Amino acid sequence: MSTIAIHNTASAHHDDHAHAHHKETFLTKYVFSQDHKMIAKQFLITGIIMGVIAMAISILFRIQLAYPDQSFPLLEVLLGKFAPDGRLDSNFYLSLVTIHGTIMVFFVLTAGLSGTFSNLLIPLQLGARDMASPFMNMLSYWFFFTASVIMLSTFFIETQPAGAGWTIYPPLSALPQAMPGSGLGMTMWLISMVLFVASSLMGGINYVSTVLNMRTKGMDLWKMPLTIWAFFLTAIVGILSFPVLVAAVVLLIFDRSFGTSFYLSDIYIAGQALPNEGGSPVLWQHLFWFLGHPEVYIVLMPALGITSEVIATNSRKPIFGYHAMVYSLIGITVLSFIVWGHHMFVTGMNPFLGGVFMITTLIIAVPSAVKTFNYLATLWRGNIRFTPAMLFAIGLVSFFISGGLTGIFLGNAALDINLHDTYFVVAHFHLVMGSAAIFGMLSGIYHWFPKMFGRMMNAKLGYLHFWLTFISAYLVFFPMHFMGLDGIPRRYYAFTEFESMSEWLSVNKFITWSAILGAVAQVAFLYNFFSSIFFGKKATQNPWESTTLEWTTPVEHLHGNWPGEIPTVYRWPYDYSKPGHEADFIMQTTPHSQTMSSNLPHDFEGNEEAEVIQAQWNETHKNVNNTEEVK
Amino acid sequence: MEMKKYFNSKLILSLIAVISISLTQAMAQATAATEVVNKNEGLGKMVGYYLLIFLIVSVFIGIIGKVLQVYELTRKIQGRREGISWNKVNGVLFAVALVLGLYGAYWSYTVQGAQILPEAASEHGTKIDDMFNITLIITTIVFVITHILLFLFAYKYNYSPKKKAYYLAHNNTLEKYWTVIPAIALTILVLMGFFTWRGITNISKGDMQSAIQIDVTAHQFAWEVRYGGKDNQNGRKNYKLIGSLNGLNNLGLDLADAKNNDDLKVSEIVLPVNKSVRFTLSSQDVLHSFYMPHFRVQMNCVPGMATYFQFTPKITTAEMREKTNNPDFNYQLYCAKICGGSHYNMKFSVRVVSEKEYAKWLVDQKPIVTPEMKKQYQLAMQQTLTNDNNKIALNN
Repeated sequence: MSTIAIHNTASAHHDDHAHAHHKETFLTKYVFSQDHKMIAKQFLITGIIMGVIAMAISILFRIQLAYPDQSFPLLEVLLGKFAPDGRLDSNFYLSLVTIHGTIMVFFVLTAGLSGTFSNLLIPLQLGARDMASPFMNMLSYWFFFTASVIMLSTFFIETQPAGAGWTIYPPLSALPQAMPGSGLGMTMWLISMVLFVASSLMGGINYVSTVLNMRTKGMDLWKMPLTIWAFFLTAIVGILSFPVLVAAVVLLIFDRSFGTSFYLSDIYIAGQALPNEGGSPVLWQHLFWFLGHPEVYIVLMPALGITSEVIATNSRKPIFGYHAMVYSLIGITVLSFIVWGHHMFVTGMNPFLGGVFMITTLIIAVPSAVKTFNYLATLWRGNIRFTPAMLFAIGLVSFFISGGLTGIFLGNAALDINLHDTYFVVAHFHLVMGSAAIFGMLSGIYHWFPKMFGRMMNAKLGYLHFWLTFISAYLVFFPMHFMGLDGIPRRYYAFTEFESMSEWLSVNKFITWSAILGAVAQVAFLYNFFSSIFFGKKATQNPWESTTLEWTTPVEHLHGNWPGEIPTVYRWPYDYSKPGHEADFIMQTTPHSQTMSSNLPHDFEGNEEAEVIQAQWNETHKNVNNTEEVK
Repeated sequence: MEMKKYFNSKLILSLIAVISISLTQAMAQATAATEVVNKNEGLGKMVGYYLLIFLIVSVFIGIIGKVLQVYELTRKIQGRREGISWNKVNGVLFAVALVLGLYGAYWSYTVQGAQILPEAASEHGTKIDDMFNITLIITTIVFVITHILLFLFAYKYNYSPKKKAYYLAHNNTLEKYWTVIPAIALTILVLMGFFTWRGITNISKGDMQSAIQIDVTAHQFAWEVRYGGKDNQNGRKNYKLIGSLNGLNNLGLDLADAKNNDDLKVSEIVLPVNKSVRFTLSSQDVLHSFYMPHFRVQMNCVPGMATYFQFTPKITTAEMREKTNNPDFNYQLYCAKICGGSHYNMKFSVRVVSEKEYAKWLVDQKPIVTPEMKKQYQLAMQQTLTNDNNKIALNN
């Protein structure tokens, strides 16, 4: 399709619906946009900025861990009294750890990932003009933005940002006397999280209703790409679990500000016995992890969805076991709600309950294993194109395996006794949800960049980015397992106080330098991303020769996505390298009547009329059971 | 490849140079502005140097990119189909990554693996270690096999326009296998884990009572430990009494409970080998976690709720020093739950000794209720009594 033709159809479309389109100003187009594609970009760029900040924070505390006795005057210049004499304050160290975790888990991997790709792909891959509620979609972004601003602004207050760890366990988080990070910083953290959850819910409700109601003609649930399945189930998990976090946060706000005792009991602190009695810190942990564990899957499932799509496209093969992939996602969705107690084996929860949670936790490994093997089977005898997106997708599979396997240790209550809250946990979740999810996100960015910005990213810089990041991620997190197995607790400001930990100091230096390498590698990405927006090579309509609907839209964005009618869908999204068809992909919009030479019996889903037609055609064309191409 | 042009264009380069120089200057000014000029001298310069190094590396990478681009263009002009086959390059890189990665993992297992905890020093710990080893073997096998497959497939099946991928949408038999086999493996692990876990946490009443009773109270940032004394029972505590008796009662002991009188205050945890000990854990302020990795022991200390961990140490400190070939070896007690600024430094000494040594050590321990505390308590009781009497008198 030529550009001119697109313009014609586009303007025709505009004429048809002239009454629906106001003149777009800068404000309505780029700021308070209600177009899902623009909102996706807003989420993405905010997410990237938050990601860079959280990464920089991690480098700061990594430097502290590597050189606990050394003074870095630069830190004092940058951080002032939070780094007196060029050394991080130990309380501020905890604040950094906390904010790093919070930003990465919520702002980057939840909003940045789901927010970007659900918004971009749900309407485009389902054949909808926009989200079910564009206005709510816009609100969703601006709540997220406000939450981000509040979260970051805690660095500029007199006391420190929240410092009780990203899980903010009370009483530490409830008592300003306990640490500076539990003062105003914690209040703002809580406010920020409430806004964030509101944003997430508005997004989630929108995704679910769009998926259920706005699919184009022919797009039944079993013809949806796995990305959509993943976003859909993620949104459901979010809707069911995030409100619990709000409830928990509200109770914590009550405890902090209004003297209630939901989480507080029998506390003597700063020379004073507090009046609170009857509360339980364990209650917080139940409520928090009721969200917290599904949250892991909220982070991971979209990444898995993206990977499925990218691996199928670039292996030029149908995803292996499409139905199994969907059922395993559903299995993960359901199970994710009954495993939260595995975070609490040694917190004083009834040990019998621990045994039950161990069983449910290890069951969840089964659908995860199925997914892994299906990815491997998809690669087998493929015709793999190593686009940067594909590299990151393979990287995800690798991290998913490595991190998932260590989950089998941690999910086992008996083993967890000695691994709980050690570096083993840090290594585990940074691989399986940190690195894997961020690789899913990067894969998605490289893959759909042409769709978002109409230009291509530089592939070679992408390769450089991938290999440096992939290697450095393993160099950072692999050794941490062994630190954990040596019983080193996490969130330690320095390893200097215990003589026995000194053997890990050199490993800490190594990890820090690997982390710095990984961070510097991201410059290749950032440069590539931002310069390609403006200067990248112009993209073609379907640069990856993919089958899904988003690649039938014109390169130039228009509100409403398709000029003229929305295309109809005739087939599943994974007809790659179908025998009997000349090209190695068939678009979802291609009817079976145009691909007579490659149709398979099950393509007709029991439609007898079609089967008869196909049988007649086979006879006239001597097409033997459609297994080999007959021309 | 249009952007390469921009990447190497003088404009961008000079822009970055200008930025880095001005940053350097700004940094120098900021340095000058701070009071401690001497300490921060040269800071701006240092930052500038790092930026410069980064710039040079970036330019170098840019030049390589340019060279590659020129090479590919000339190939194109010469009419050959392709310059560098990046699919092949990445495929080979995956093969290299596989070899190096597996070697790296092996190196890590052997070198860093040698730095991990020595064998468990408690009875249940041995069971945990067995579980761990079984899990480790299974997961390592899966880890190696899946990675070999993943990276080899990536290496072997890289793109060629002549090939066509094998259309394989599903294979129910295969899928059944790899659903059922992990399910069986996990069922075995679950069952073993479940019974190990129950064995550790589900202790009969009799065993609970016969064990040596040790009460641990955590607070920011220290541990307070007392032994049950002659009656092997720890007396009641009440957090509202903390700091009473003229500040002497730092644990909030309720002296009305006579069981407190024989409790022993200790400055280190000393355990007799092969005797069951039961720790009762609590916290005065925020959550802490009582973590003794060598014994495979961990339990959170929760304010307002007692938690327990019972185990039997089976290797003395002296024996462990021999086993680890480390004369400085000591058992450790860490706080494993984030609890504030000095979370990383909550030390307490732990020793396992023979029964004889234990008995000897125990004799030297002083009761936690000092005569001074008793005096203060009696004084306070008298005062409340007289107060009450006065009140009664007034009421009359």
